[in-house]
Amino acid sequence: MNKLLSIEKLSIGCVAPPGESLANKTGAWRTQRPVFKQKDCTGCRGCEMVCPEGCVFGDPKKKQFDFDPDYCKGCGMCAVECPVNDIDMLMEEK
Amino acid sequence: MAKEILEGAMAVAHAVARCRPEVVAAYPITPQTHISEELSQIVADGELDAEFVKVESEFGAASVVLGASAAGARTYTATSSQGLILMTEVLWNMAGMRLPVVLGCANRSLSAPLSIWCDHQDAESVRDCGILQLYAEDSQEACDMHILAFKIAEDRRVLLPVMVNLDGFLLTHVFEPTEIPDQALTDKFLGSYEAVLKLDVDDPATFGAFCEPDKCMEGRWMIHDACLRSLEVIEEASAAFAKAFGRASGGLIEKYKSDDAETVLVAKGSIAGTIKDVVDEMRAEGKKVGLVRLKVFRPFPREAILAALKGAKHIAVMEKGGSFGAGGIMTPEIKEVLYDAGLRIPVSGFCVQLAGREIPPDGIREIVDRVSKGERQKAYEYFRLKRELLPDLVP
Repeated sequence: MNKLLSIEKLSIGCVAPPGESLANKTGAWRTQRPVFKQKDCTGCRGCEMVCPEGCVFGDPKKKQFDFDPDYCKGCGMCAVECPVNDIDMLMEEK
Repeated sequence: MAKEILEGAMAVAHAVARCRPEVVAAYPITPQTHISEELSQIVADGELDAEFVKVESEFGAASVVLGASAAGARTYTATSSQGLILMTEVLWNMAGMRLPVVLGCANRSLSAPLSIWCDHQDAESVRDCGILQLYAEDSQEACDMHILAFKIAEDRRVLLPVMVNLDGFLLTHVFEPTEIPDQALTDKFLGSYEAVLKLDVDDPATFGAFCEPDKCMEGRWMIHDACLRSLEVIEEASAAFAKAFGRASGGLIEKYKSDDAETVLVAKGSIAGTIKDVVDEMRAEGKKVGLVRLKVFRPFPREAILAALKGAKHIAVMEKGGSFGAGGIMTPEIKEVLYDAGLRIPVSGFCVQLAGREIPPDGIREIVDRVSKGERQKAYEYFRLKRELLPDLVP
């Protein structure tokens, strides 16, 4: 069936090839960007868990997290939920 | 096959079973319940090899059949009133994903105030979502339309959900002589459903994916285009039905003594039975009255309606609903068809039978008499509104 699908042309019902959602980079919707200060991080992974886009990633052992700017919509949930305020939200300048 | 005396809802359940849906999900709601109850019994008795999924709501029922249809199964659900509007979000998705789900709707009023009785506001409130809407006049037609619905929905030119409307209580709970179409003939008529695109773990695809503005409008337009294409598919399927089962059913509209009529009534659903009696009475008195009944409301059969109405002098549309703050639902659409054809035939819209209010034959006669006199209506009328019941709006 995948042979019938392409990213360039629509199919009946707009059925898309697997992974198509990744082609839609939603980072441009952002007005604020998270800044992971990586200073007081305890490695709790809260930021990773609450991200509705699944675009926060990092290593709890190294206590270093960051975000994927291609998909982050700048909702700020990671910054609000961080128990040690190690994430700031800054106005996105374009 | 012989006719049996069957309750409308039971007859529909057996007609649906003849179509061999593979997945059925439904949630009970008056006056639909007998359809899904009987279907669950048919499955439990082993007479239909289907999965009957018990769900927690109509939103769940619609979502289950959406998923099963996306996985390539023939699916059915039935609902009514609040249940249908709870399904609304899913209905838009079914249409957009082009899934040929068939849905039976036992038409019932919407809250509030709460009413379990029949009108068309439930179905008309999902008018614009891309689900095709058929309206039955009697039990037999409700059964036949279910079989036609699968045929139309699964046609590659259509691939849209189809809703068969039958008036709550007036059809669902009435016993009428009804012929349940023969199993072998139904199998031959429908064949099996083969989805073009489906969910398959071995060959994955994304249904309902995000679509950017540079493509999304085309995705939505395809729904509109498929709805319009379904007009010819409905006519073809109806012709094929007559050939397969040896009796006519389906079609876009029914013309009842309307060809030479000066005053034409327009309606859909079971009210047509009473209207036909009044038409017969008035014809016997020498009055040129006729009826045009919409069997299909979406797609809107513009050409058939124009052909049927263009010779009329006066038109009265009898609706079981309306758009609060505007007027009728069918009335403005019929006016649009006539206006686009350059015709200025007076069209009057009347809300009758709202929330189960009965309209006796003398009410239909009164409407005919009034419009026949050339009365030009200023606004959509809630017919025989009991003003004495209304409170003082401004103290």
